[in-house]
Amino acid sequence: MEIPYVATERPDTGLTNAKMGIWLFLASEIMLFGALFSTYVFMRIAAPNWEEMTSVAQLNVPLAMINTFVLITSSVTMVMAWAHLKMNNPAKSNVYLILTFLCGIGFMIIKAIEYTGKISHDVLPSTNNFYGIYYTLTGLHGLHVVGGMIVMAYFFLFGKRMFKTEPERYAGRIEVTGLYWHFVDLVWIFLFPVLYLM
Amino acid sequence: MSETEGGAAAHHDHGHHHQGFVRSYLFSTDHKVIGIQYGVTSLVFLLFGFGLMLLMRWQLAYPGVAIPIIGGLLGEENAPDGIMSPEFYNQLGAMHGTIMVFMGIVPLAVGAFGNYVVPLQIGAVDMAFPKLNMASYWCFLPGGLIMLASFFIPGGAAQSGWTSYPPLSVLIDADGQTYWLIGMIFLITSSLLGAVNFIVTMIQLRAEGMTYMRFPFFVWAQLVTSFLLLLAFPPLEAAGILQLLDRVAGTSFFLPSGLVVGGDPLDVAGGGSALLWQHLFWFLAHPEVYVLILPAMGIVAEIIANNTRKPLFGYKSLVYSVIFLGFMSFVVWAHHMFLTGMGTAISSFFQTTTMIISIPSVVILTALFMSLWGGSIRFNVPMLFALAFLPMFGIGGLTGLPLGLTASDIHLHDTYYVIGHFHYVVAPGTILALFAGIYYWFPKATGRMMNDTLGKLHFWGTLIGMNGIFFPMLIQGMAGVSRRLYDGGETYAHAQEVLHWNKVMSHSAYLVAFFQIFFIINFFWSIKKGKPSGANPWQATTLEWTAASSPPIGHGNFETVPRVHRGAYDYSVPGADSDFLAQNAPDKF
Repeated sequence: MEIPYVATERPDTGLTNAKMGIWLFLASEIMLFGALFSTYVFMRIAAPNWEEMTSVAQLNVPLAMINTFVLITSSVTMVMAWAHLKMNNPAKSNVYLILTFLCGIGFMIIKAIEYTGKISHDVLPSTNNFYGIYYTLTGLHGLHVVGGMIVMAYFFLFGKRMFKTEPERYAGRIEVTGLYWHFVDLVWIFLFPVLYLM
Repeated sequence: MSETEGGAAAHHDHGHHHQGFVRSYLFSTDHKVIGIQYGVTSLVFLLFGFGLMLLMRWQLAYPGVAIPIIGGLLGEENAPDGIMSPEFYNQLGAMHGTIMVFMGIVPLAVGAFGNYVVPLQIGAVDMAFPKLNMASYWCFLPGGLIMLASFFIPGGAAQSGWTSYPPLSVLIDADGQTYWLIGMIFLITSSLLGAVNFIVTMIQLRAEGMTYMRFPFFVWAQLVTSFLLLLAFPPLEAAGILQLLDRVAGTSFFLPSGLVVGGDPLDVAGGGSALLWQHLFWFLAHPEVYVLILPAMGIVAEIIANNTRKPLFGYKSLVYSVIFLGFMSFVVWAHHMFLTGMGTAISSFFQTTTMIISIPSVVILTALFMSLWGGSIRFNVPMLFALAFLPMFGIGGLTGLPLGLTASDIHLHDTYYVIGHFHYVVAPGTILALFAGIYYWFPKATGRMMNDTLGKLHFWGTLIGMNGIFFPMLIQGMAGVSRRLYDGGETYAHAQEVLHWNKVMSHSAYLVAFFQIFFIINFFWSIKKGKPSGANPWQATTLEWTAASSPPIGHGNFETVPRVHRGAYDYSVPGADSDFLAQNAPDKF
């Protein structure tokens, strides 16, 4: 007997197993990042000299701005990858998957430039709690970007086989990857103003 | 056997080719095998964690006396001349709590019972994500092994209590705490994977006709538990990451400014908050208490309905209570922190929510008591354990009320009273219920019954022994004995009058240990030699009993996909042929 609702939706919930699974996973992710954002608030309220702490070495706003656009672009290409699968156009879908992946690479390269700039000026997590939470939040977010890229690489390399036999299930997988990717994007949308602009 | 409806057309070919030993038993994706893996591993961890406590109890009853027999085996650093060192005592304390909660009871209650029973009870072929299920176990085991390995590194295991309060946990100069944090991250990941999987399974893979209000109460308990794990564990993961950074990257999230250690000012940036850890920790750890108790309530509900041969009293109230309990458990955490100087407004808020959360707990307990009323009770071994759960959890719950009120908590905070209260909930409460579950579902997993006499010996020894351990703790705590004393209070004037209880508690603990031998013998003997049980030895109504006596390994639990026609507890229905109707029995009987 096979496990039901892998590729098709259960009528009364309107969801496949994977889609419900990813929504629940994202709920737990919100709690994870929520706890870290709360930590940020806690630290900032308690600090008598927050302005001083953040001005040890100004964060690079233009670089982060570029990264914001890179991630937003990657969310668009991710949707295109899924849409082309639904239109039975796997070749184009793969192109968009690669574009999304490249956006991920671009984001990480810019992130690396930013980190090395900070580290070369001896601004480390231990400098003060603002940089501690800055490295923690952006680092954890970066790990999530890398995780998403690994999944995309896997689908690019091994997805074709499943598309031939179970196209609906494969499209579902890309959709779920997309939901995760949009979430990672959204976390950045919060991170950017909180850390760089406020 | 003859009572099983729906399973008449027995064809045992499930379309599965033979798999090798490694795939069938080690890296299995079958929920039943994973459930058994979880069960066996967590029972071993439970025994180990219990062993740590037996060592501690020797030190408490006979402070400064060499530990007999095994004292010399503990290593010169841990126990010079067989006498336990204070550092080693602290390691045992921290690791006893960690092992029992995160590696023993949660994996047994959720990982083992949830995995094995839930898909069978809702008529599913397997969990929704079998590979994720396997990954969950294989995150749990390394997490546990890292914790155990920390005993053997220089400086030993974590020493700052199971709560790992900073600044102590950050500043302590031994790697045990780092191992603890890494181990916890593995265990948390395992729980998260499991929680996602459980929720999707329960909602998506319900058999046809299995509406939410036809769920056995055990399934409801597991569903709420999974939501608690899903939403409460990530903040602890975040806190664990932050503490790890404090220890290895030199951040000071939990280190306030101006700390002086050993006469020297500490060389960190400072500006952190030790209270932040407590908030993040208890945001998990209070829902965690309900993770420990809800599956136990679920097990007890199943067994009581089955052995009173009548429906549960107030099934709907039970369901609504357990949902409400789940919600409320997220807004009571700071009642663990009344003495941190939170201010009266916040204290009053958490005091109020704490009093409110006791209401659904009492509703559940009352409904279970009322279920006994008018039943013709069968006193078999699972039922004895389930019955004992009720008053034991009652004591555990009621002793919690003074701790939830700010005024009385000032006196009782951090005394043995807290230990007594918590252990009444978890040891004679949850652990008795888990034993009940093992005796109840053992025939399902193995096809054989456990021995009745050995089971009864195990029951009475454990019940009496556990009360001998934990009741005196309440007495000592009210006399003001602190919970973290290496010498059991010998050097404290106010403890002298209640000091003699230390020996009573320790010998009760050894008594409990002795009676577990009956369980271990029973367990292994019954796997091979127990009386064959057939598919439905307890004449129960829920779906797991309609599957074959010991469901075959591999996906596909049922010979035909069950179709559910009725609620979970149709016992003694007037006009029916037998005194129970399986959930998949046809509408006309």
